[in-house]
Amino acid sequence: MSQDQIAVTGKPAVPVARPASATGAGFGAFVRRHQIVEHIVLLFGVLLMMGPIAVAFTTSTHDPVTIHSEGMQLGFGDNFLPTYEAVIFEQTGFTKQVTGWGMSLNSLILGLGFAIGKIIVSMLAAYAIVYFRFPLGTLCFWVIFSTLLLPLEVRILPSYEVVQGLGLLNSYTGLILPLIASATGTFFFRQFFKSVPNELLEAARIDGAGPFRFFWDILVPLSRTMIAAIFIIMFVVGWNQYLWPILMTTDESFYTVVRGIRQILQVWIGADIPDYNEALGLAIIAMIPPVLIVIIFQRMFIKGLVESEK
Amino acid sequence: MHKAQFQSPLYPYLLLLPQMAIVAVFFLWPSAEAVRSSFFLQDPFFGNETFVGIDNYTDAVTRSDYGRAAWFTFLFTVVVTFFSLGIALLLAVAADNVLRGQGPYKTLLMWVYAIAPPVAGLIGIMLFDQHIGPIVDFVALFGWDMRVGVDYWDTGIAMMIVATWKQIPVNFIFFLSGLQSIPKGVREAASIDNPSPSGRFWTIIFPLLAPTSFFLMIINITYAFFETFGIVDVMLKGEPGNNPVTLVYKVFLDGFRGNDLGGSSAQSVILMVFVLALTIIQFRLIERRVHYT
Amino acid sequence: MTTLEIKQAVKRYPNGALAVKGVDVTVEEGELVVFVGPSGCGKSTLLRMVAGLESVTEGEIVLDGRLVNEVEPANRNIAMVFQNYALYPHMTVYRNLAYGLKNRGTPKAEIDAKVREAAKLLQIGDFLERKPSQLSGGQRQRVAMGRAIVRDPAIFLFDEPLSNLDAKLRNQMRLEIKRLQRRLGTAAIYVTHDQVEAMTLADRIVVLNNGEIEQIGAPAEVYGAPASTFVASFIGAPPMNLLEAQTGDGAIVIGETRIAAPVHANGPITLGIRPERAHLANGSGGADGPPMQVDTVEELGAVRLIHGSVGGQHFTANQSADEPIPGDQVRLRLLPDDLHLFDHGTGRRL
Ligand SMILES: Nc1ncnc2c1ncn2[C@@H]1O[C@H](COP(=O)(O)OP(=O)(O)OP(=O)(O)O)[C@@H](O)[C@H]1O
Ligand SMILES: [Mg+2]
Repeated sequence: MSQDQIAVTGKPAVPVARPASATGAGFGAFVRRHQIVEHIVLLFGVLLMMGPIAVAFTTSTHDPVTIHSEGMQLGFGDNFLPTYEAVIFEQTGFTKQVTGWGMSLNSLILGLGFAIGKIIVSMLAAYAIVYFRFPLGTLCFWVIFSTLLLPLEVRILPSYEVVQGLGLLNSYTGLILPLIASATGTFFFRQFFKSVPNELLEAARIDGAGPFRFFWDILVPLSRTMIAAIFIIMFVVGWNQYLWPILMTTDESFYTVVRGIRQILQVWIGADIPDYNEALGLAIIAMIPPVLIVIIFQRMFIKGLVESEK
Repeated sequence: MHKAQFQSPLYPYLLLLPQMAIVAVFFLWPSAEAVRSSFFLQDPFFGNETFVGIDNYTDAVTRSDYGRAAWFTFLFTVVVTFFSLGIALLLAVAADNVLRGQGPYKTLLMWVYAIAPPVAGLIGIMLFDQHIGPIVDFVALFGWDMRVGVDYWDTGIAMMIVATWKQIPVNFIFFLSGLQSIPKGVREAASIDNPSPSGRFWTIIFPLLAPTSFFLMIINITYAFFETFGIVDVMLKGEPGNNPVTLVYKVFLDGFRGNDLGGSSAQSVILMVFVLALTIIQFRLIERRVHYT
Repeated sequence: MTTLEIKQAVKRYPNGALAVKGVDVTVEEGELVVFVGPSGCGKSTLLRMVAGLESVTEGEIVLDGRLVNEVEPANRNIAMVFQNYALYPHMTVYRNLAYGLKNRGTPKAEIDAKVREAAKLLQIGDFLERKPSQLSGGQRQRVAMGRAIVRDPAIFLFDEPLSNLDAKLRNQMRLEIKRLQRRLGTAAIYVTHDQVEAMTLADRIVVLNNGEIEQIGAPAEVYGAPASTFVASFIGAPPMNLLEAQTGDGAIVIGETRIAAPVHANGPITLGIRPERAHLANGSGGADGPPMQVDTVEELGAVRLIHGSVGGQHFTANQSADEPIPGDQVRLRLLPDDLHLFDHGTGRRL
C-alpha cells in the first residue's frame, strides 16, 4: 500500500533512457541536466506573478508626494509606519465611521460565517442526498443542483430586492445567507460521501449505529481533511466577496476591506494628489489573511480545489 | 454502484431543510423574479408595471452599446482564456520537470489565487496609471502612448492583462496536478519510445492533459464572464464613461445606475441561458471522461 | 439444534436483476457452511440477506428460531467480516472492536474485558492503540475477525475475507479461521469462489450457480459424487474431464473404445473422469481404456499433468512424478467406480 502511494504521488521520474547524443559532455548536456531552461521559465513566472505585488508593497511605504512625482517605487521607503497606521486606525469613508481594522473584522465575519455556514448546511444536505432514500430525494437534488447553473452575478438585482424586502440590508445575515445558496459545497461533500466505501455503513449498521451515530461517529471524523480543505477555499471566497457587499452594505460600519477598496477610489476622484500609498496599503491588508491561509495550508488547499472540481 | 441507504420518514427532510430554505428564498425566488420582470416595463417613480412581452429583450440586444459590450466580452474572454491557460501550462510543465526547488516555485506561483479580483484591479490601475504607472512608462519607450481610462482599447487591454494575471494560478494548480497524476510508467515508456522531449510532450503528455484543459477552458470562460466584475469595476473606478464593459457589468450598470429593471433582467436571462449551455457542455464532457477511464 | 434456516429465499434487485432464485439452506449449531460458486452467482447477495443488509424479496430467514426478515442488522445477533475489512479508519483497533458493544450499551468494564480477550485470542494485543492504516493486511484481517468475535454472535458471516491477502498468508489465515471457529463453536457461513478454500474449510458446501443451488453436501460428497457437470467442473483442480460419449448394450463408447459399465439407457451421455483417476498404461499391456494422444506435459513436482486428447476431445490426466514420462500415445486404464455419468442434455448426474 505505501509503495503504491509513493508511486502515485512521487516526483516524476528522471527519464530512464536518454538518447546517446544527449549524454555527451558540453553545454547542451549541462543545460539539460540541470533543467536550466525550466528554471529560467519559472523565474520569469515568479517575476510576473510576484513583481506587481512587490511593487505595490514597496510603493505603499512611500509618501504620496514622492509617488506622485516619481512614480511607483521599487525600493523600501520611510513612510511604512505612517501609511499603515493611517490605513488601519484612521477613520475613512464619507461618514468617517470605519477604520481598516473595523473593515478587517467585517471581512473576518464574512469569511468565517460564509465558510462555516456553508460547511454545516452543505454537509447535512449531502448526507441526506447520499445516505437516505426518500420520495422527494431526486427533486431536492435537482433543485439544489440548479443553483450551480446561475451564478449570483446574473441575478443580482432580484436578489437585492428579495433581501431588501426581508429587511436584511446592512446586516451580516443578509450578507452571508444568499452567498450560501449556491451548492458547490453540497456537491463537494456528495462526491466525497459517495467515495466512502459502502461496507463502512454496513459495518456500522451491524454495530448498531443509526443515522445520527453514523454521521457523527464515522462520517464527520472521516471527512476531517475534506472539511478543512473546503473551509480554506470557502474562507478565501468569502473574504474576497465584492459585488454582493457593494449592493448589500450602504452603512459604512458594515464595510469589508475588499468593499473598502472601492470606497478609497471614490474618495480619490477629484483629489489633487490621491493617497496612493494608503490605497496600496489597504490592498496589502486585504490580501494578507487569505494569502497566509492559502500558503500555510497549501497542501490541503490544493487538494480541496482539485477534488472539488471533479 | 448502489449505495446502501437508510430509510426514515423525517430525517432526510430535516437534514435538507436549511439548504432548501436558503435555496428557495435566495435563489429560486430571485431567479424567477428575474425571468418575470424581464417581460415587464417598470416605472421607477410610481412602481407600477406593464407587460411588454419580449420588448425588453429586443430593446436590449438591438441597442448599440449592448453589441459593443458583447463584442468586448467575447474578445476579453478569448484573450484571457488563451493567455492564462497558455502561460499556466508553460509554467506547470517547467515546474513538473525541475527536480530542485519545485516546492518554492509552486508556492510563489500559486498564491496570487488568494487575492481578490478588485484588489488585483487596484494594483493594476496603479501600474497602468497615467502619472505613476511603470508599465505606461515602459510601453512609451516603444512609442505607445497608453491612456488607460481614456482610450477604449487601452483600457480594455489593461483589463485583459490584469484578468489574465489573476487567473494564471488556478490554471497552474490544475495543470500541475494533472501532470503529476500521469503515471510514472507512461512517462518511462514514452522516454524509451520517443527520444525528443518536445515530441513526447505533444504526443503523450498533452493528449493526457486534454480533459484537464477542456475543463479549465469552461472554468476560464465562466471566470472571464462573471468573476472579473471586481477587476472591471475597480479599473473603471466605478465610472464607465466611454470605456469598455463586460456584459455582467452592464447588467449591474443598467439595473442599479440606469434603473432599467426590465432591460437589466432581460440581459440577466440571456446570460442565464449562456451559463446553462456552458454547464451542459461541461457535463457532457464529464460523462465522456467517466466512460473512457 | 438448527442455528439458521433460509427458506425459499428470493432476491430481486430494484433494477429487476434476479440474483437469488428460491434457495433453501440450513446451518446447524457450530457448523461451518461454505457458499461457493463463480463470480456473480449470488453468494454475497444471499449472505447479505442473512445479515439484513439486503432486504428479502420472498422467503424467510429464521435465526435461532426467530423470523428476522424485518429485523435491523444490529439486532440480528450476527457478525460479519467483509472482504475489504471495512475497519473504521479513524478509530484505533481498540475502538473498532468496542464500537458495536458501546452502541449496545454494554458497561465499560465488560467491553474492556471482551476486547482484551478477543485481542489475546487473535494476538493483536500489541496493536490496540494503532489505527488500521498502521497495520499489515494480515493484522487488519485479524482486527476484522476480532470485531466479529467480541459481539459473541449466533453466527459469523464471512464474505471472501481472505481474498485481499497474498497466497501464503491466505493459507495461514484459512487454518486460523477454521481453528478459531472450532474453538468458539459458533456457526458460520463463509463465502468464497475459491474451491480449495471451500474444500478445506467446510463442514458442508453449498454450490451456487446463477442464483440457484446446484448441490449441498460434505466436501467429500461434492467431490466424490458431483450432482451435475457444473459442480464436477467447479470443484477439483484441475477440473474433471468431461467427454461426449454414447451408451448402449451395457457399455460406454468413446470414439472406438467400449468400456463395460452397468448402464441401462441407450444414447448420448456426458462422461466425467477426474484427472487423478485416469491412470496411464504405457504400451497396450493390460489397459483396455481408450487411447490418449499426448501433446503437453506439465511438471508440478510431486505430480505431473499430462494434457492431450481422447477421441478428439481435450483430456487431462495426473501422473505421479516417479512414474516414467509417457510417449506420444498412451492407453488409459479406467475403473468403473471412477466414471461419472451425466445426462447429456441437463447435465444432471445419472
Ligand atoms: N445492488 C445491486 N443491484 C442490482 N443487481 C445487483 C446488485 N448487487 C448484485 N447484483 C447482481 O446480482 C448478482 C449476484 O451478485 P453477488 O454480488 O451476490 O455475486 P457474488 O456471487 O457474490 O459474486 P462475486 O464472487 O463476484 O462476489 C450479480 O449478477 C450482480 O450483477
Ligand atoms: Mg461477492
